[in-house]
Amino acid sequence: MKIVLSHLTKKFPGRGRGNKKKEDVTAVNDFTFEIPDGTLVGLLGPSGCGKSTTLNLICGLQKPTEGQIFFDGEDVTSLTPQKRGVGMVFQNYALYPHLNVEQNIRFPLENLKGNDKLSKDEMRARVEEAAGLVQIGDLLDRKPAELSGGQQQRVSIARALVKLPRVLLLDEPLSNLDARLRLQTREEIRRIQKKTAITTIFVTHDQDEAMSISDLIVVMKDGLVQQIGKPQEVYDNPANLFVAKFLGTPPINLFEGKVENGCLLIGEETVLTLKNVPDRPVHVGIRPEGFILSENGSFTCRLSRPEVMGRDVSIVSIHPASQNPVIRSIVDAESCENLSGDSVRFALKPRKVFLFDQATGQRIPFETA
Amino acid sequence: MENQNNKGWLYLLPALLFLGAFMIYPLIDVFIYSFEEGYNSASQTFYGMGGYNYSYVLHDAYFLQALKNTFILVIITVPLSTGLALLISVALSSIKPLQELFQTVFFLPYVTNTLAVGLVFMILFKKTPYSDGLVNLLIRCFGGGSVDFIEGPYWAKMFVLCFYTVWVVMPFKILILTSALAGVNPVYYNAARVDGTGRTRMFFKITLPMISPMLFYLIITGFIGAFKAYSDAVALFGTNLNAAGMNTIVGYVYDMLYRDSGGYPSYASAAAIILFTIVLTITCINLLVSRKHVHYH
Repeated sequence: MKIVLSHLTKKFPGRGRGNKKKEDVTAVNDFTFEIPDGTLVGLLGPSGCGKSTTLNLICGLQKPTEGQIFFDGEDVTSLTPQKRGVGMVFQNYALYPHLNVEQNIRFPLENLKGNDKLSKDEMRARVEEAAGLVQIGDLLDRKPAELSGGQQQRVSIARALVKLPRVLLLDEPLSNLDARLRLQTREEIRRIQKKTAITTIFVTHDQDEAMSISDLIVVMKDGLVQQIGKPQEVYDNPANLFVAKFLGTPPINLFEGKVENGCLLIGEETVLTLKNVPDRPVHVGIRPEGFILSENGSFTCRLSRPEVMGRDVSIVSIHPASQNPVIRSIVDAESCENLSGDSVRFALKPRKVFLFDQATGQRIPFETA
Repeated sequence: MENQNNKGWLYLLPALLFLGAFMIYPLIDVFIYSFEEGYNSASQTFYGMGGYNYSYVLHDAYFLQALKNTFILVIITVPLSTGLALLISVALSSIKPLQELFQTVFFLPYVTNTLAVGLVFMILFKKTPYSDGLVNLLIRCFGGGSVDFIEGPYWAKMFVLCFYTVWVVMPFKILILTSALAGVNPVYYNAARVDGTGRTRMFFKITLPMISPMLFYLIITGFIGAFKAYSDAVALFGTNLNAAGMNTIVGYVYDMLYRDSGGYPSYASAAAIILFTIVLTITCINLLVSRKHVHYH
């Protein structure tokens, strides 16, 4: 189902000592977005950026201050959650502790009234179908306390899916799991989403999670949408400094730099020659994989140490113009066999270098000469 | 390991001594007393051991009256006070403005002096040469005849006693239940709302099971407390409860020990053991029932 968010805004009344004027806090600010049918969308941002509020607005647990929400063209802004047909998976799963797995999954079905009312057998079939989908068919008699975190997560997804929702919403679905289970479960979410083809929106603060399974990611900060796009596009083409910094591990390396006569200078060195960029000071962002080890490269750093990671080597070095304490560059293991001395020289891949306005942080497009 | 065990017992020793001296020894002593026939408190002698004390107590009209009164009191006040407290707590936790004010108002009886409460009930119910009591005024407003609640018919007196008991025990229950309700994670209600759960179903399927341990605690202590009722009856009807026909089992035990007819520790012990057996049975039944319906997490 297609979801359209139109100028969605949510303000909370201001409170607290630091906020003497009682100004409203804007959690979500003018969010407009069209989510195509059957896609998996990741809402990504640091904590407090409004991503969970956005999810609650779509779910119907909170009412927007302004703006509208459309499900397949139908305005659902003022509808209650159950009338919207959404399934929600909560961060701590919210499984009812006194009910066993089967009763938990069946709970939403027992709420159906009138024409939708199901017989006992139909309910049983639906519960078994949902449980089978998330592969917990053999755990139906257990209580939630007797399940591992990953199993609880699956039960919670089954409970959200059993009523055949039009939209599946997941709030930080992986944050309560350990690292290994997280990898496994995110594949699982992807698989279930593909199989059911339900439009799915999930919230996360972990960029790896969002990048790895989403069709589209929405990067948010302070209630404002920073960028929307396919994960690779957003990574390759960050709209601003925040997005560039937020995506990627290891994070992007940032330098103070300036453009002079078509040359990009970091420190005293000209690292790239550019076309059509007026002279100005800039922030320069270089992805770790944008460095090439080269004897006659144009960018010189002081070598700290290489960190061996197996397939690749991460070279840790220092540069006076760097905004981070160290620079991390990732290169092939073979190319750094003869790494020695105090300094290391790099050539740069222009596609991995981004320029940002020093005042606004907006991206400055450039072409290399 | 053996050494560890000894150490553990050593730590427990002070508490065990205390319990032994003030709980277990008296309990056994009472049990023995209850079988000593013809005990004379002046000479501290008795004829022999047997079940006569029990037989006497169980055939004593005053005891049977006390037994009946106590059972009526328990059966009426425990469900009523717990149910009302639950209703009030749910109402309290679903309102936002003035919540704290109402909480204070409902808790006031708990910190109010028993004598002051007795006085208030006097004003409400007692007939004096000058006034018929507030409740009678109200009854007459609606066209009924006036009733003497303190010295009148049995049902009127029982009504006042139950009313008083419910009123006195409710604040504590409200306090416990409001905090139990506040302890339910709101995410469960959100999850239920998303699934379209109605309010009634939410209450019975989520709220009630979540607070069931606290509710169960209140029911058990409520039963025990109501079986031990005595001072409330004294506050309302004076010390001669047998004459008023409003005695309770504990009142009967007290009378046998100390009041003008007193000096019968054997009868008192037998009555106490009977009460103990009743409370034990009821508590066991409670525990059995709770296994199915109380959910500890």
